[in-house]
Amino acid sequence: MTIMQIIFLIVGAVILGSALMVVTTGNLVHAALWLIVTLFGVAVLYALLNASFLAVVQVVIYIGAIAILFIFAVMLTRKEMRDRGPQLNSAWWLSAIIALLTFGGLIWILQGWSDFARLPGDFPTGFDAVGLLGNALVSPDAFVLPFEVASVLLLAALVGAVYVAFNRK
Amino acid sequence: MIPLSWYLTLSAALFSIGLFGVLSRKNAVAILLGVELMLNSVNINLVSFWRYGDITQMAGQVFSIIVFAVAAAEVAVGLALVISVYRRRNTVIADDIDMMKW
Repeated sequence: MTIMQIIFLIVGAVILGSALMVVTTGNLVHAALWLIVTLFGVAVLYALLNASFLAVVQVVIYIGAIAILFIFAVMLTRKEMRDRGPQLNSAWWLSAIIALLTFGGLIWILQGWSDFARLPGDFPTGFDAVGLLGNALVSPDAFVLPFEVASVLLLAALVGAVYVAFNRK
Repeated sequence: MIPLSWYLTLSAALFSIGLFGVLSRKNAVAILLGVELMLNSVNINLVSFWRYGDITQMAGQVFSIIVFAVAAAEVAVGLALVISVYRRRNTVIADDIDMMKW
């Protein structure tokens, strides 16, 4: 067992444990904080996969913006946060069965795939993944159109969020 | 070296946990937390397929950046809707939000 595998197993255990806390803990502020732990674990996975830019983007956007937005939303709807009733609905066991079936089905499909246990190719020395990614995002031959559409989507979401949450009183 | 199967199994487990959260939580904000977990598991898949395939093709990383953008948009609009509903109905329990039911 190499050091990479040990790191992966520790990070994977942290991700799954904190994700379980996100969906089961009663206090929503705690759930949002556990989500930060999960997102940080995913950032470590990106670093293990040599996707350095995505690891930084994960920390900056997901932890720095989205998780903080969740904490603000929990604070703005504070009355429900102190709700002492059960946080799961009455059919939660059915949801658990559906989730387990989804997991089993995904693993069953993946088991039949011949490349399931493939090993990563060598990372060439001097290979500039960030430079290639930047070129791919702005090159007309590659992904400039989806990139621009994503920016229009963000603008539309920004305007829509301000309009929906605006207090008209 | 870590086999691809480890990443895919972890992301399948994370997706299932997120699905459980979406289906079983009462609070609308907690449902959005489950959606975030599912989007993250998809991102792990995309990046690991990039790493274990042809690494000169950047499609996997570009798609995961677009998933980031979509997640940010979804959270902004979703939380704005939750806050707006909370102002009008004083609740964020998904079962009580039935204004569009007839």
